[in-house]
Amino acid sequence: MKRQHTMLWMWLLLASVLIFFFLNLLLGSVHIPPGSVWNVLWDLGDESEITRNIIMKSRVPQALTAIVAGAGLAVSGLLMQTVFRNPLAGPSVLGISSGASLGVAFVILLSGTLGGVALSRLGFVGEIALTIGATVGALSVMAVIVYVSQHVKGNVTLLIIGVMIGYLASAVIGVLKFFSVEEDIRAYVIWGLGSFARVSGGQMALFACIMVVLLPLACLLIKTLNLLLLGDGYARNLGLNIKRARFLVISYSGILTAIVTAYCGPVMFLGLAVPHLSRGLFQTSDHRVLMPASLLIGASLALVCNLIARMPGFEGALPVNSVTALVGAPVVVYVLFNKRKSEFSE
Amino acid sequence: MTMKTVTIDIDDLSIGYTGKHYRKVVAAHIRATIRSGELTCLLGANGVGKSTLLRTLSAFQPKLEGSIRILGRELSAYTDRQLARIVGVVLTEKCDIRNMFVEELIGLGRSPYTGFWGRLSRDDRRVVERAIELVKIEHLAGRMIQTLSDGERQKVMIAKALAQETPLIFLDEPTAFLDFPSKVEMMQLLHTLSRTTNKTIFMSTHDLELALQIADKVWLMDRAQGITTGTPEDLSLNGSLGHFFARKGILFDKETGLFRIDNEFTHQLRLDGCGQKYQMVRKALQRNGILANRHVNSGFFIETGNLERTGYIVHPPAEPPFRVEDIESLLIEVEARRASLTGIGE
Repeated sequence: MKRQHTMLWMWLLLASVLIFFFLNLLLGSVHIPPGSVWNVLWDLGDESEITRNIIMKSRVPQALTAIVAGAGLAVSGLLMQTVFRNPLAGPSVLGISSGASLGVAFVILLSGTLGGVALSRLGFVGEIALTIGATVGALSVMAVIVYVSQHVKGNVTLLIIGVMIGYLASAVIGVLKFFSVEEDIRAYVIWGLGSFARVSGGQMALFACIMVVLLPLACLLIKTLNLLLLGDGYARNLGLNIKRARFLVISYSGILTAIVTAYCGPVMFLGLAVPHLSRGLFQTSDHRVLMPASLLIGASLALVCNLIARMPGFEGALPVNSVTALVGAPVVVYVLFNKRKSEFSE
Repeated sequence: MTMKTVTIDIDDLSIGYTGKHYRKVVAAHIRATIRSGELTCLLGANGVGKSTLLRTLSAFQPKLEGSIRILGRELSAYTDRQLARIVGVVLTEKCDIRNMFVEELIGLGRSPYTGFWGRLSRDDRRVVERAIELVKIEHLAGRMIQTLSDGERQKVMIAKALAQETPLIFLDEPTAFLDFPSKVEMMQLLHTLSRTTNKTIFMSTHDLELALQIADKVWLMDRAQGITTGTPEDLSLNGSLGHFFARKGILFDKETGLFRIDNEFTHQLRLDGCGQKYQMVRKALQRNGILANRHVNSGFFIETGNLERTGYIVHPPAEPPFRVEDIESLLIEVEARRASLTGIGE
């Protein structure tokens, strides 16, 4: 792809993020005319308190959550796919999501059984407990993976160990479920479906801030990632410290996944699909292009999924996880098919 | 003419692998030097430690004992970054990058010199262009890596190593997987490069014949003898080469300095004639276990004539002579009369 085309597509993607953001504010179960949305956003005119609340307390946080979560997962997926040189790698593959799930399972299921309080009734405190549980779970799995990555040579070995940790976590969750009351299990299952709507105002600000600080850090890894493409031998010969590079890329990607999962639940698929979409769209392996592209496509796609999940008729009942897969899978298959064709014709 | 100086000085080097509970020495007490402006070929059977030696010299794995001085300084005293400007490598591992232009990949060879984003400056671009020119792959520059053949890929990796602007280039079996003309081309390219750029080029290979014809220096690596070094001619004269490959079925022809297959003869036959046709008939008969030349005394003989006349005249002992058109029919006729051939030692 030519340079001008690349720039053009970047602008288009940025525009699509903005458009879908406004559509997210506009569309929902309650009809609000565009004019009112505009007025609320810029604090113009007199809109009713209800309208204000719907927009500022529900739709804006949700849309912003979708943007940062989508971007975070996409970047995390891109990093994983490059460092493992495996197109099937994604944020969830190393068991980091499972770690988060395990953390949440401990919090939800044990609080009910041991503390005698159903967490689902605790409200704000419960929310924070969940976030902390997920973060701790995800980060501890990540620590294990990072430790292993420094002592294991093959990428495939590391991937398999990650998958095994995932299974272990699932097994423990299964045992926990067995000893839990039905109400708590239900709360856990709902958390597991993923949602951009759960994050409330105050927490949303914290989440967005963390991500706004974290995401630009990805730029520090661009040169490293491009070198990793060449394979360990060549990368090392070009002066890259492979151990350190792996440590940085895996921990950074793991932290992104951990935080997003903590706030939104294990949102599947975006992290796996978006890097493929950006490669298909830009026909390049250069991370100077792929990084911003994945970030924008991830944000945009997450907004679209959130929009669909909230479409009139579903009333927010559709879990984000189903939507991401329903929307994403066909797109990825289409992109891969097109890629094959263009390769054969060369 | 630039000076050929010693760039690598190896003294009492032991190479191999160490683990927690074992220590495997692959080769010990290696003593040798490599000069700039020369193509040095490392020859040896599979499993004798050629790759281990190359990996040790490239600092991919630590040496066990002894010293490796590169440009007058101990190898282990260099940092990764410094080494990236001193040694460039071409590995056997196939680089399976997709969606990257040849030019981009060669540009990655500039990584030790580029800044934070890995952007190429105008000077960097000039170096890349020069590398492309030296390897003569201008026609490939705009192609994607995945569309290249093995030989083309290998050349691209050599161009990458040239773009790295290192005084030393190590290549691990760069001629493997190539068809014969490409092997010759590759070796000649490396030889020419060593002369035009005054770089130290050190490669391992299994292509004995080519190495003996093209290399300036040859290293023979053997489990029993260790490493023997010298010009192919010296090694040929002092018997090292003959000794090195002393195996049943291979003969080292001291006159040509090349190897030939040692045929076992059961019969002999007189061959009259001279020139190319004589040589060819002789070769064909010898392959079939019949020692044939003009010094043999036998009742059965063959006249090859010269290039001006077509066909060959067969003189069987009890029949009138007859003419055959080509060597294929000649062999059939001789085979039919094998009983009347003179046996060896009769």
